[in-house]
Amino acid sequence: MVNVNNRRINKRKKNYKLLLWLLPFMIPVVLFSYVPLFGWVIAFFEYRPGSMLSSANFVGLKYFRQFLTDTIDMSRVIKNTLIFASLGLATSVLPMVFAILLNEVRSRRYARTVQSITTFPNFISWVIVYSMAFAIFSTDGVLNQILMGLGLTESPTNLLADVKAVYWFQTLLSVWKSLGWGSIVYLAAISGISQELYEAAAVDGAGHFRRAIHITVPSIMETFIVLLLLSIGNFISVGFDQYFIFQNPVTLRKLEVLDLYVYRLGLLNNDYSYSTAIGMVKSLISLIMIFGANQLAKKVRGTAII
Amino acid sequence: MVGKDSASRTVFNIFNYFVLGIFGLICFYPFWYLIIYSFSKPELANSGISFWFKGFSLYNFEQVLKLKGIGRSVLISVARTVGGTLLTVFACSFMGYLFSKPEMPFRKFLYRMLIITMYVGGGLIPYYLTISAYRLTNTFWVYIIPGMVSAYNVILVKTFVEQLPPSLEESAVLDGAGYFTVYSRIILPLSTPIIATIATFGAVGQWNSYMDNHLFVTDSRWNTLQYLLYKFLNSTQELTTLLQKGNTAAYQQQMKEASQLTPMGVRMTITVITIIPIFCVYPFMQKYFAKGILIGAVKA
Repeated sequence: MVNVNNRRINKRKKNYKLLLWLLPFMIPVVLFSYVPLFGWVIAFFEYRPGSMLSSANFVGLKYFRQFLTDTIDMSRVIKNTLIFASLGLATSVLPMVFAILLNEVRSRRYARTVQSITTFPNFISWVIVYSMAFAIFSTDGVLNQILMGLGLTESPTNLLADVKAVYWFQTLLSVWKSLGWGSIVYLAAISGISQELYEAAAVDGAGHFRRAIHITVPSIMETFIVLLLLSIGNFISVGFDQYFIFQNPVTLRKLEVLDLYVYRLGLLNNDYSYSTAIGMVKSLISLIMIFGANQLAKKVRGTAII
Repeated sequence: MVGKDSASRTVFNIFNYFVLGIFGLICFYPFWYLIIYSFSKPELANSGISFWFKGFSLYNFEQVLKLKGIGRSVLISVARTVGGTLLTVFACSFMGYLFSKPEMPFRKFLYRMLIITMYVGGGLIPYYLTISAYRLTNTFWVYIIPGMVSAYNVILVKTFVEQLPPSLEESAVLDGAGYFTVYSRIILPLSTPIIATIATFGAVGQWNSYMDNHLFVTDSRWNTLQYLLYKFLNSTQELTTLLQKGNTAAYQQQMKEASQLTPMGVRMTITVITIIPIFCVYPFMQKYFAKGILIGAVKA
């Protein structure tokens, strides 16, 4: 009894030594995550690299207005971003399907081998994916060698510089890279399903298909919905690496997503202020969407996701 | 319960094995292609190679590692991977432990302050200006300091430490041990699964990163292997200069020996070299996939 009381008192009594230990680690958090936020002020000035902010003209919301009125570049970039985001959303069901198929395999060894091989690409960088894609799909690539060797095509094609192929080709690449990894969370969910459910269904005369459809799918739907809600918050953050690596003068028109545009505008054109303004708008939209997704999750599931 | 399969079930099984097998092959083949290309004789590989080695040879590896800048970039990549991982593991595990202490003043506020960093960022240009203002550009430190504290790793450790029975600490605290002693003597040894998780995933992240190199480091002395590969993939010019140019007699001699190298061969060989370390830690990582998913979920 005395012990319990002591503990309660200890809980209320704060120990400032802890702050002293924590401080050295919170300094980098402030320096690298909070200080950059002050950089947002340059979105309101006509700021050029190399000059002082104090000598820059205050222009108010000029760059935000430019963002809304720039119909040529902005609409193209937003269109690309939304297309990639939608394709990502459409293919987000594939890891679940892959996990169900993998679970139906009787030979555990076969399933484990397939799983190990298909998960590996998740851990290599986009630079390496590009290097492989170059070796396989470029004009001198092995795909052309094989196709021409078999007499299936007359002249070599270069998928990496094919504007018409950009959307589906990039989507296939990202599916290739992430499908195996994405399925692991579903496999974990499937292994958590009670075996009794399957046995009871089997006794009732349900075949394999009906058991998969009526037990497996509903059981992992919860996982799918949580991941879907989480992805809403990241809907317009389709990524940077993949598009940055795969861009070339031919495909840039369709590959340029918001993050890549911010990069090119800022660091290649030195248009610091406008680039910062676009980045700000993007951050705010993302925050609102994360918040919205969280509220939605609270309503649908009763618990928040973040 | 395992009765005779119905005909439709058998058809499905065959179809299923086939589909999974095909996708497995699609994932495997690019890696296989890299291996057969880089381990073949350069001139034979250059004339076309698709499924098997053509004149097995280690020539590519022997020569590529001698090329100017490659050896050093391997060292830089190893250094940032080891240094960055040690630093982030120490920072995140210690912070995770500190945040698990209810007696910390302002704990909720500070913890929220950390979590917010996962969702709000200044954006590219403000970040770039900040790094420049700290004079971190063209230094090795830019690879390991800014990413030192990762909020999701702290969450992982905190969640793990909170599950440990409090009695484990109590005797040490009664003996007068301070927070750091408890952390290093008791918490750290008990947290190996979660430490291994953040260490392996962190190490792969460090090894794979090139963007910090591209944005903040123009001094080629600090180039990492990933970035060199990126540059070679992007400009054949860069690569041919490397293969042709030589300023010293010794270097020219070396280049004469390397004259059989082809641009594609060099690319493939460097790609293989960058994959090898990941391939080596992969079996180890598979043990921590389940916890890694949590990393992925928190990250998302």
